[in-house]
Amino acid sequence: MGLELYLDLLSQPCRAVYIFAKKNRIPFELRILELLKGQHISKEFSQINSLQKLPTLKDGDFILTESVAILIYLSSKYQTEAHWYPSELHVRSRIHEYLGWHADCIRSIFGAPLWIRVLVPLIGAQVPEEKVERNKAAINGALQKLEDKFLGCRAFLASQEVTLADLMALEELIQLFAVGYDLFEGRPRLAAWRKRVETFLGAELCQEAHGPILNILEQAANKTLPVPPPEVHPTMLNRISRIP
Amino acid sequence: MLVELFLDLYSPPCRAIYIFAKKNGIPFELRPVELARGEHLKPEFLKVNPLKKVPALRDGDFLLAESVAILLYLSRKFQTAAHWYPADLQARARVDEFLAWQHAAIQLPATNVYLCKTLLPYFSGQPVDTVKLERLISRLTATLQHLDQQVLAVRPFMATEQVSLADLMAFTELMQPIAAGCEVFRDWPRLTSWRARVEAVLGPELIQEAHRLVLQPRDPREAQRDPQVAQILVHRLQERLS
Repeated sequence: MGLELYLDLLSQPCRAVYIFAKKNRIPFELRILELLKGQHISKEFSQINSLQKLPTLKDGDFILTESVAILIYLSSKYQTEAHWYPSELHVRSRIHEYLGWHADCIRSIFGAPLWIRVLVPLIGAQVPEEKVERNKAAINGALQKLEDKFLGCRAFLASQEVTLADLMALEELIQLFAVGYDLFEGRPRLAAWRKRVETFLGAELCQEAHGPILNILEQAANKTLPVPPPEVHPTMLNRISRIP
Repeated sequence: MLVELFLDLYSPPCRAIYIFAKKNGIPFELRPVELARGEHLKPEFLKVNPLKKVPALRDGDFLLAESVAILLYLSRKFQTAAHWYPADLQARARVDEFLAWQHAAIQLPATNVYLCKTLLPYFSGQPVDTVKLERLISRLTATLQHLDQQVLAVRPFMATEQVSLADLMAFTELMQPIAAGCEVFRDWPRLTSWRARVEAVLGPELIQEAHRLVLQPRDPREAQRDPQVAQILVHRLQERLS
């Protein structure tokens, strides 16, 4: 059995893995698990990943979780072009610096607006207004740091070429953009960076990977999103309660 | 010019870096940054790390923030023993996996327990919010269960057969609730024996040296030394823990 990737393209780290594998022509079996249908909490998938999280990689007997670990594994195993994860000490350190900050300061807050605007109403739950406001402020603060500290005067976040850091960051920004967040407005440097990354990836691949999330508001309005079954509600409520 | 490490040993990732550097005989200049005095928010420190966080590293004119990045930098630059960050593809992937996972799964809930039970009452002068504390402990318990029942059920250390950066991060993070008087290892036999293994590898003296500060009670007279900083910290803690 070859490489299998368990993904849902509504999830930002899943899209990063998908785009990386496609762009680098890594052959893989796509195993779509729809989070909204609770397919990740099934018994079969729990045997593959007891944490019931996506993305998950299965390469023969070797099972690996966590998007960053998966990206590094793929870049090493398939010897992808050096610019993604250069071996030069300082550039590689910049990538890890970004990914560390991303894990602490981006992951927890950039995903929240999709929950607040689409997923929370889908199961009839609520998020206190205070948290919504705090989330907005946190996002603005983080975007500022992204521009000033990480992008600075560089073409990309960690070097003059595209790296894993750009891919991870782009997908978080797309998640916000998809739910109507005007994040590129008034941030020309960030908008230009997005354009550079997307141009590098290619319009077709971006369209393919971003299509589902960019349609999410329309789907929510037309009521064509899957209605999460009751067994997935506890996991969703747990996630909602963790919105900082 | 020695590597400079900007650390506050109250912070778990700072202790991980301190232990790593000491254990591997990496010569460094310690630059203490006291979070409780808001030193990480001051202009001098922002020149080192505009993200207002410790740990941070300065090596000549190269500045680097974020604990995982610093550990990987030191391990490469000083060519430390391979077990810390193995070269083998799958073993390295396990360490990377754990290092990515621990941010939200261990560091966040473990530190929150400490902040709620120890630091917030210290600065605010208010009693511990026991309802909030219970909720935070239950989040940490889910992680402890996973580590004990899944991770350590198949191997002696967190990521591989030997001690790695994963264990160093997990160990210093799990000591944070211990410092707040929460016996996180008590109900978990595999975690308890893992702790003993890690302590044996790192050496009890080094562990004690790194944890002396956090395991001591804080001097209550120090809390209001700078009431303005105390107020800012209380506000930040309350937001974080709400």
